[in-house]
Amino acid sequence: MRESQVKRTPSEPLLQRIVKILLDRREASLVILLAIMLVPIVARSPQFLSLDNINRILNDISILSIVAIGEFFVILSNGIDLTVGSIIAFSGMASGMLNEAYPNVPVVLILLLGIGIGAAMGSLNGLLVAYGKIPPIITTLGTMSIYRGMTFVLSKGTWVTAHEMTTTFIGFPRRTFLGISALIWMAVIVIALTYYFSRHTRPGREIYAIGGNATAAKFVGVNEKRTRFMVFVISGTLFGFAGSLWTARYASAVNEMATGFEMQAVAACVLGGVNFAGGAGAIPGVVLGALFLGVLNNALPVVYLSTFYQTLVQGMVVLLALIINTVVDQRKTRKLLAQRRAR
Amino acid sequence: MEGRELAFKNALDAQHAGIVAIHQEASMFLELSVTENIFMGHHLRHPKTKRLDGKGMRERTRELLDQLELSIDGDTLVKNLSVAQRHMVEIAKALSLHAKIVIMDEPTSALTTREVEDLYRIVRQLRAEGRAIIFISHKFEEIFQICDYFTVLRDGQYIGEGFIKDTTTDRIIRMMIGRNIDHMFPKKDPKIGEEILTVENLSQLGAFQDVSFSLHKGEILGFFGLVGAGRSEVMRTIFGIDRRSGGTVRIDGKPFVPKGPHEAMAKGIGFVPEDRQRQGVILSMSIGNNITIVQLDSLCKMGITNAKRELEVTRTYGEKMEIKAAGWHVDADTLSGGNQQKVVLAKWIGTNPRILILDEPTKGIDVATKAAVHEFVSEMASQGIAVMLVSSELPEILGMSDRVVVMHEGDVTAIFEREELQEEAIMRAALGETKEARRA
Amino acid sequence: MAEQRDLVAKTRLIEERGWRHSLTELLTKWEVLLGIIFVLMVVFFSNLSPYFLDYFNLMNATFQFSEKAIMALPMIYIIMCGDIDISIASIIALSAYAIGTASAAGVGTVGLFAIGLAVGTAAGLINGLLITGFNMPAIAVTLATQSIYRGIAQAALEERAMTSYPKGFGFFGQDFIGQTVIPFELVLYLVLAIVMGFILHKSAYGRRLYAIGSAPEAARFSGIKVKQVRIINYTLMGLFSGLAGILLTSRILSARSNIATSWDLEVITLVVLGGVSINGGKGTMYGVVIASFLVGYLKFGMGLLKLSGTIMTIVIGTLLIIAVLLPRLLDTYKNNRKLRRQQAEAALQATKA
Repeated sequence: MRESQVKRTPSEPLLQRIVKILLDRREASLVILLAIMLVPIVARSPQFLSLDNINRILNDISILSIVAIGEFFVILSNGIDLTVGSIIAFSGMASGMLNEAYPNVPVVLILLLGIGIGAAMGSLNGLLVAYGKIPPIITTLGTMSIYRGMTFVLSKGTWVTAHEMTTTFIGFPRRTFLGISALIWMAVIVIALTYYFSRHTRPGREIYAIGGNATAAKFVGVNEKRTRFMVFVISGTLFGFAGSLWTARYASAVNEMATGFEMQAVAACVLGGVNFAGGAGAIPGVVLGALFLGVLNNALPVVYLSTFYQTLVQGMVVLLALIINTVVDQRKTRKLLAQRRAR
Repeated sequence: MEGRELAFKNALDAQHAGIVAIHQEASMFLELSVTENIFMGHHLRHPKTKRLDGKGMRERTRELLDQLELSIDGDTLVKNLSVAQRHMVEIAKALSLHAKIVIMDEPTSALTTREVEDLYRIVRQLRAEGRAIIFISHKFEEIFQICDYFTVLRDGQYIGEGFIKDTTTDRIIRMMIGRNIDHMFPKKDPKIGEEILTVENLSQLGAFQDVSFSLHKGEILGFFGLVGAGRSEVMRTIFGIDRRSGGTVRIDGKPFVPKGPHEAMAKGIGFVPEDRQRQGVILSMSIGNNITIVQLDSLCKMGITNAKRELEVTRTYGEKMEIKAAGWHVDADTLSGGNQQKVVLAKWIGTNPRILILDEPTKGIDVATKAAVHEFVSEMASQGIAVMLVSSELPEILGMSDRVVVMHEGDVTAIFEREELQEEAIMRAALGETKEARRA
Repeated sequence: MAEQRDLVAKTRLIEERGWRHSLTELLTKWEVLLGIIFVLMVVFFSNLSPYFLDYFNLMNATFQFSEKAIMALPMIYIIMCGDIDISIASIIALSAYAIGTASAAGVGTVGLFAIGLAVGTAAGLINGLLITGFNMPAIAVTLATQSIYRGIAQAALEERAMTSYPKGFGFFGQDFIGQTVIPFELVLYLVLAIVMGFILHKSAYGRRLYAIGSAPEAARFSGIKVKQVRIINYTLMGLFSGLAGILLTSRILSARSNIATSWDLEVITLVVLGGVSINGGKGTMYGVVIASFLVGYLKFGMGLLKLSGTIMTIVIGTLLIIAVLLPRLLDTYKNNRKLRRQQAEAALQATKA
């Protein structure tokens, strides 16, 4: 319609057209918001946009991006996954302990262990949701306790510290390739793969279908149960992977690690324009949402706010994004309704 | 089909056999692009790489849309399309499925005149390509314009069929009316009192416009029209469920702008809604709790329920409506449709309404209950209650009403007095024939 | 003769079936099942530890779960209407911070009580207005306010703890009634549970909650002010969270910004475990009260056995999932059996004919 309308009414003012595109593409409005936010920050501290600082921000949001993408798929299918922190903790603890016990095991195998653990835990979630028909919020509320408890059982209450792990393992996130750290590379790979998956594969598109209109999706032959199951396997896998990275990056594995991290993941999704009703949103938006949070956290000291303001500012930004998204959506629906009978 | 006998378990099966139904918006993925809506469930794959062939699908969409001479961009999200454009996309989807039979259910009901022309062009094109089209419609104009053959159904019954070129509008109208004399209506001599409700130019964006009528005590005011005429929406607006976009409603001459149903109830309005299962009864609650839910405030002392008084009220009105159940404590979902409807009626009678709105009160209930409902409505009216009866059944309207308001696509096309009630005239008004004439 | 014998046999069959039917009905009632689990648990722990069935211990253990159990009460209302609130732990933090600050400024016990309740109520009201005003999903809104409420406490308190309170403030969270060993918190909880249970089961408001949860549209068509009820629910939730904040502060006489972290999920667990359907419209006060004591004493008992709290979280998580899965499996089982019986009867008729 955009194209055809432009054709029909070439006199439409440019500004109006831009506004329209912004309303259509949430990612675009997020970029603009980000830019607006950056202006005063950069004005106050020009070093903010230095390569060093950008690198720091990107490193900070790498794990969050991976996790937020996992959460994204679940929300897209009209569910929610609260096991983020618990799966990260278990897989992170397992990775740390493996490295401590067998220092010779290569890093790749440790990462694979994390991925495997995440996939297994995600499968259990998926099984309960898709085949046990338990609402996602209840399922993951239950399994988040179970997985967190299993972490304690695994570690017997102890923790793994930096000097108990090999320097190869805890040093690997900082190893650079082409001037970019391995951690960022990992995030880039995940983003690229999931972007491809969500846009160009049939199962990826079917998640959109199930979340957008489950009845219609069944009508055209989408397997609902399998799709819902798959969504949780994907999220679990990404959380597990993030767990291994977490332990390496922060050079320690404790039982309480990543507690409450699910809220950050969901916040990145909400900021990225992912609709809680399911069926709407995209990977670039989620990554931008994570970036937004990263910039926000990084910028607090610049505007003389201590890091203790982090939670508060994040909450307000998320609420604002939520209100804007809702109001814009409702306006659109009303317009469409009016259009319907206006003849 | 093609000589074979087929029984479809679901829409997917039918699709494989080459039959595609074009639904209204219900089957679209609003957040996805046009291309995706067309190919969801049967994505194209690249012949060699086996990957999804995005380019191929986009090209094919372009082809389909070009074929239909539509200026829609395949990458547009469906939520940004107008209703008409969504329809066209559904048709494109049917084409992409190589449908041999396309079923269109009232496809023009939400389209503008120009868009209708587009649709006709496409329908003719499909026909020229050798596809069969089942065109469900209540508009004569379009049936005579594009159809070749017709079948008339009335109240779920087959009435007749024939070639369009051999028939006339009048003949089809007669088939639609029929002579349904197996049911006697317990119409009592009305004692119509003073005006209680006045509606002037009531409008709601996208649903109805400039609706005006008046309602008197003891009167049964029928509302006739076809599906989508906007009758229920008018009632919902009067009852305070939906907001109006213009016009006035007066009760006893005083302007009435309800903030919600509770204010309408305070004015003495009762509403038996159309969707019994979702809006009428609360299925997981007992009959008793269903009946008393609307008058809890008067039954409770300081907000505390009184089981004894509730039982009294339940028994009084439940027995009055002759609800058949194992007991008043039984959950509503164990009852038959007819008995559920009686529960809803009992609940509103319990509030002593001055105005009672009945939206399709006999839809989907058995004949015996139907008669009981009619009996009851007549009695209510004879006690001085003003009744608005929305119905799609012409015999019911004719048999029960003192006056009839006829609506067509959001407009009131005619208001008939009891003496003037005539099936043909009503049906013509409901079909918008008079409106077209007036416009011309 | 034969006919009569047949009839007698049939009647007996029906009677037996009816008896068995009502037994299965009873056993599949969630509150009854919970009660049985509770008894089994008591038997189990009292066999393993001599300290479990000790009156003083049993009373003392309630300190550990009274505040959460109190918060579960209004949460029943919220979940009953198909809503959710995950900001309640943050409301505790906010009210604890407010109390701590006011106390440091010299406000007396009564004033502290008023401030704690007012802050909680205001926070809950804001939740309710945001959710119903903009028509936004409850989980998303309370996720945001969760950050905001705790964020305020964090920004203000940083790493500090507020630890100066008026004399006697510790009574509410630490002391017993008179000379008995019955904790004040427990009595308060039981009184509130009775009041809230009475409202839920015996008042017009409670009836409306069920109506909204089971059929939101029918509720609206019956003149129930759905928005208003939801706002009241969230406000009540805020009020009770404020109260829990007061009790918790009084118990530990310290307020940090990370106080009560993850309590929201624990409270929701209690409510769902108690048999309240997450989709709304189903559940009772009895179930949630039993669930609160069950979880509380399970923790206490495992503590006695020197099992770490971690096994505990696994047990509770598993219980939660079973609580939702079991009724569903039972339903499927019942339906299957009915289907099979129908098929068998049909087959029998067919052979007769």
